[in-house]
Amino acid sequence: MSEVILASPHGEEMTLSMGPQHPSTHGVIRFIIHTDGEVMREAVPDVGYLHRSIEHIAEKCTYEGFMPYTDRVDYVCAMTANHAWALAVEKLGGLPVPERAEFLRVISDELNRISSHCVALGATAMDVGAITPFPYILREREYVNELLEELCGARLTYNYHRIGGVGWDMPAGWRDKVLRFCDHFLPVVDEFEQLVARNQIFIERTRNLAVITADEAKSWGLVGPNLRASGVDFDVRRDLPYSIYPRLQFAVPVGRGELGTVGDCWDRYVVRIGEWRESVRIVRQCLDLILATDKTFLIPPKKLRPTGDAMARIEAARGDMSCYVVGDGGPNAYRARFRTGSFNAMGIIREKSRGLMIADLIALIASLDIVAPEIDR
Amino acid sequence: MELAVITATLAAHTGAVLRAEPAAAAGAKEGPREAALRVDADSWPDVAQALRHDPALAFDFLVNLTAVDWAKRDEIEVVYHLWSYVHRHAVVIKVTLPRQAPRIASVASIWHAADWNEREQFDLLGVEFVGHPDLRRLLMPEDWPGHPMRKDYVEAASYRGMPTTRPNPLELLAQHDRAHAAPTKEGE
Repeated sequence: MSEVILASPHGEEMTLSMGPQHPSTHGVIRFIIHTDGEVMREAVPDVGYLHRSIEHIAEKCTYEGFMPYTDRVDYVCAMTANHAWALAVEKLGGLPVPERAEFLRVISDELNRISSHCVALGATAMDVGAITPFPYILREREYVNELLEELCGARLTYNYHRIGGVGWDMPAGWRDKVLRFCDHFLPVVDEFEQLVARNQIFIERTRNLAVITADEAKSWGLVGPNLRASGVDFDVRRDLPYSIYPRLQFAVPVGRGELGTVGDCWDRYVVRIGEWRESVRIVRQCLDLILATDKTFLIPPKKLRPTGDAMARIEAARGDMSCYVVGDGGPNAYRARFRTGSFNAMGIIREKSRGLMIADLIALIASLDIVAPEIDR
Repeated sequence: MELAVITATLAAHTGAVLRAEPAAAAGAKEGPREAALRVDADSWPDVAQALRHDPALAFDFLVNLTAVDWAKRDEIEVVYHLWSYVHRHAVVIKVTLPRQAPRIASVASIWHAADWNEREQFDLLGVEFVGHPDLRRLLMPEDWPGHPMRKDYVEAASYRGMPTTRPNPLELLAQHDRAHAAPTKEGE
């Protein structure tokens, strides 16, 4: 066990260190826990173990050359980080993107969102004690990995999007494989929801737990599924549309407190299950519409030396990811910043941990879908 | 809401000196892509309060907080991107600080999200956010010297006795090969 007793200065109260190598901290994160028995007074997150200074690397390589590094911002959902960087630089440089590339971007984003939620939802179930669903749902993620591997050659760090398009067109027969996956995946979602989210033990374990109100969620800057679970109906894809999302029909699942309180762990869980279905819907529409596009999938920029600053907000798997990029007329970015979903979600944990049980801290972290590299970058 | 209207609303409430910077024209080769509002550091606390609490503005989400080191101009620019879920509008605020002593009021009590964002910018660029509840380094170790994202930052050769650079393994290999090469016999 990595929980080591550091000190016990106030009689009953103990200070424990959970992590950094703890199986349920979703990467290398450490919590300093002040606890009285099983009930915590406070859990103070200590991050930075995965700090690779990706933003500093952005200043050291060209706009195009930085793309593979964006994969490492969030390696569970690398495609959307690709997209955020491409979008910010295209905005800064005023660059065009071919229609086919927009569709391929959205298809790859949504497939990656599906596989990312597989990890999130499987791991959450595991963290609260249900081991079995995790390997089963990872098998689904494997199918997505194979599809993405066929598209771009990589299973995790894709480096697929480019400034001005995407790296490759979809290979022959790929469209049918994705459609077959969509047909196969929807019944799996229903089954998974019945087996896990509607399981009475799971419900008792997660409902009314670590409730985050809408005002708290907004103030702490929670984004994406975490924000929507608290009842805030906002999705960047719909409300600040980018790419070809305005042409697509999809719903935005919002937490309703169906079995407990709006903004509890169960709501955060079930919102993501809803997003699986919507992602499949988006992918199917894109696969229809992409047939009408011409074959151009990349317009490489000539001599990219932009000046000024630009901001891109996209809906990543862990919510609204914002990428701010400043150019000074050189071949490299002068400054880049990624503000990610997990970064903001970590901030609220100290506040929410007060009075929780230690085991419930794990449920809270899991329900917020924290991915450690995304915090530290 | 238009930037001009936001500027007028803020000016009416705070009396702050505000300067709106328009975005570059579409298709222009240079300039900011989004309109921004320049605020001086002294009026920032009042402006921030008005941005958050004025019902017509109601910016309830701090989207991004970035500090940019403009070393040649001897300035540090802090950029706030704000969004209102109520009115679905956005604004960009830029505050310029002197590079030698960059100090600005913390907004962590207005937007909780600023808590960690300010800690990170303090850690990496050395901007002091006055009034922050817990202004510690976030990503670097607490005893790390300097602020790594400053343009003139030079990494120390070692940290706590650990070297911060490693020898090139290819050079080590070449050295090894040279030292252990079979001696060539002269005259053969």
